Amino acid sequence: MTIARLFIANRGEIAVRIVRTCRELGIESVVGVSAVDRDSLAAELADRAVVLGPAHASESYLRVDTNVAAALGTGCDAIHPGYGFLAESPALASAATAAGLRFVGPPAEVIAAAGDKLQARALAQSAGLPVVPGREIATLAQAEEFAGEHGYPVLLKAAAGGGGRGIKLAGDLEQLRLGHALARAEAGAAFGDERLYIERLITTARHIEVQIAADEHGGVIQFGERDCSTQRRYQKLVEEAPAPRLAPELRAALLAAGVTFARAIGYRNLGTVEFVVDVAAGSFHFLECNCRIQVEHPVTEAVYGLDLVALQLAIADGQPLALAQEELAPHGHAVECRLVAEDPARDFAPSPGRVTRFAAPELPGLRVDTHCRDGTLIPPFYDSLMAKLIAHAPDRGGALATMGQALALLEVEGVATNRELLARIVGDPRFIAGDVSTTWLAEALA
Amino acid sequence: MALSEDDVREILRIIDSSQLDELTIETPAFSLHVSRGAAAPSPGGASPNPPPAPAPTTGPAPAPEPAAAPTPPSTLAGTREIVAPMLGTFYRTESPSHPPFVEVGDGVRDDTVVCLIEVMKLMNHIQAGVAGTIVEVLAQSGELVEFGQPLFRVAPDGA
Repeated sequence: MTIARLFIANRGEIAVRIVRTCRELGIESVVGVSAVDRDSLAAELADRAVVLGPAHASESYLRVDTNVAAALGTGCDAIHPGYGFLAESPALASAATAAGLRFVGPPAEVIAAAGDKLQARALAQSAGLPVVPGREIATLAQAEEFAGEHGYPVLLKAAAGGGGRGIKLAGDLEQLRLGHALARAEAGAAFGDERLYIERLITTARHIEVQIAADEHGGVIQFGERDCSTQRRYQKLVEEAPAPRLAPELRAALLAAGVTFARAIGYRNLGTVEFVVDVAAGSFHFLECNCRIQVEHPVTEAVYGLDLVALQLAIADGQPLALAQEELAPHGHAVECRLVAEDPARDFAPSPGRVTRFAAPELPGLRVDTHCRDGTLIPPFYDSLMAKLIAHAPDRGGALATMGQALALLEVEGVATNRELLARIVGDPRFIAGDVSTTWLAEALA
Repeated sequence: MALSEDDVREILRIIDSSQLDELTIETPAFSLHVSRGAAAPSPGGASPNPPPAPAPTTGPAPAPEPAAAPTPPSTLAGTREIVAPMLGTFYRTESPSHPPFVEVGDGVRDDTVVCLIEVMKLMNHIQAGVAGTIVEVLAQSGELVEFGQPLFRVAPDGA
């Protein structure tokens, strides 16, 4: 490993997670923090923390120049962007590379191609992957025309966007008219790009994604799939690996499609290819490609017995993949729950504040990735993720039992959380049966 | 007369830089007893065993001024810090061939440029934001400074 000192351009649990792998690999870590995160767990655990700027992410975590200057100024030779913030910014990838730093992620061109939904979709189509009916629209009339051809419901989203925010669902013409105006304004405000994309919503679908890794030497492998169907407002809450009740042929087809897409786009480093899957029909469609380590990566780590951050660093270091596809097989089942500071009594509005008490139980097969401890401040400026609970057991039933126990024993005070909701989900007969689609949770909560 | 917090700090500073172990001041308005060593209840109770001598090191002190007292800058009463408004590389000069923007002893106004902070080839001229006299340079030219890091100490006018 030629990477001796790593700059972590992120915060929260993922910054802590990356520091941990650095320690195991004997790599020094420097974390760039905002002024409000000066006393964060990541800042404490890293070898060094530097203050990038004020609390607002636009003046600290989202500043490409500041992050690169901080990495250079602290003598780092590589930069890890984590997820969110600048993780899928072609600008950071190219600025880091131009400054002589190794960027722990794909090259800027790949990030740009994958980040443009239309380009990614065209690429998937030309690689022979099935895609969801959809197209770019310039006017409301074009949106109406599309809905007329393919039927409702449809989704409207920013062509330049990502991450699930700002998507509008329209079940009929009236909602389409309203949603179109809103989505257009939001796309312009958020991305400076008013282009919209409309697609048919496949309602009984599951969200299944393929974990892929590609080295600098043409090697591409997959680490199975994750099922992330349990979502609320397009934000994932519970994820698992492997996907339950997936026919072997369908699984094989999905995994092959993930690798095909990775090769087609010239992927490098760790990435995820997302699909909507109609399990009953045995069909699937390409959704998008995420050029980052995913929040839910620990379920894959659990069943494959791997450290994916270490793999990312090895690939960024130029090492060929040390693993052959034939040697890889998942063991057991893993489930992850995302504990967020959101208040169920206020329709899950963010509930920032001081965590007065945080204690996760120690259970066999339980892993907790968190930046919380007694006294941690959840600032109002960033996302509300507090901790990820990951339960691993020989079978799904065992993993769910461990998770239920972990959620019951978890001590968290000071801020409102979604703990009860997570407990309800993992104890729900439909969920236990492995039979939920992306719309299930919203229906169950209604 | 009442004793302000700054007065107490100043007294402690005098004791720290002296060989005194104990000091008692008595006036009609107040009495103050200060002692050094384990018996003394340390302010705030932070360290049960205060070191026998104060450690005046708050990082690399680059400017050995002839008259510089071995005093932590943070105990200097009445001064203000100019802090970095952004992260970047700190430069005291416009270019290597130029003299420093300011030296210790120089007077500055609100809008006096005191240094440059470079962020990825972009030079940002940093203004004092306070009128007074530079009493200390706290950062090393050519080094990375963080957002909020103290760069200069200034004795404000009229203080």
